[in-house]
Amino acid sequence: MKYRVHVTLKPGVLDPQGKAIHHALEGLGFGDVRDVRAGKLIELDLADETASQGDVEDMCRKLLVNTVIENFRIERVEAAEA
Amino acid sequence: MRSAVIVFPGSNCDRDLAQALLQTSGRAPTMVWHRDTELPDGLDLIGVPGGFSYGDYLRSGAMAARSPVMRAVKAAAERGVAVLGVCNGFQVLTEAGMLPGALMRNSGIRFVGRDVALTVENSRSPFTGRLPAGGTITLPVAHHDGNYQADEATLDRLEGEGRVALRYAEDVNGSARDIAGIVNERGNVLGMMPHPERAVEPAHGRTDGRRLFEGLVEALG
Repeated sequence: MKYRVHVTLKPGVLDPQGKAIHHALEGLGFGDVRDVRAGKLIELDLADETASQGDVEDMCRKLLVNTVIENFRIERVEAAEA
Repeated sequence: MRSAVIVFPGSNCDRDLAQALLQTSGRAPTMVWHRDTELPDGLDLIGVPGGFSYGDYLRSGAMAARSPVMRAVKAAAERGVAVLGVCNGFQVLTEAGMLPGALMRNSGIRFVGRDVALTVENSRSPFTGRLPAGGTITLPVAHHDGNYQADEATLDRLEGEGRVALRYAEDVNGSARDIAGIVNERGNVLGMMPHPERAVEPAHGRTDGRRLFEGLVEALG
């Protein structure tokens, strides 16, 4: 069972990396970028085929995500795509 | 004062911290590996050192905060044992939920490594007893993720309860309200980004850090 966890900074939390990417894009001539926010994508391959979204959420709260500053979204990867 | 220093894979200020504790307390701290589940008996102070534990992977301090020894550190802090987290140690303590807020990438993106002036906001904790109340000390900083952030309610609470121990005299890394160091509610856990252990002997160029350790020895015996 495969899951993807998308980790993003909470709205309003300053994102220095996103800002640097934004400046670099502008330097390359991409002048119409309004804002850039950088996040993380974590792919999990779980041995337990019955592992649920709740199990992944548990991993997010215990380690993968710092909920003080980050939000997360869990996506189940369908067998055909994996 | 009986002390211990926690060592994670990637810690690199553990020996500096041990040396500072030895010089000021006259007693060498016990070095405790991150996989240990127990701490020595009768500790007065636990040092969580700077460095790049677990390569700063995932988030600075995230993996170290979940290592086996941290359960014992948390339990000791709940019994009232003093805990000092420096730099990566501060990041570990926030990740472990022992201090509020989070340390994010410096607002200027760059790693900051230089001496900075700090205002001593609270000199009543066991960590700051020998520091000049309301005065200024200078300590080196060396970090990439020192940008302290918390929600406004938490920041107001920290200020209101006198838990901001040290504040940068200028904007160093984008930290909310220029916070450089905070204590927990009970006042026995301090996290700070500047490195007191790098300002202990004249050869370091500065000795303001020595006063922090001497204050601890005085407060903790």
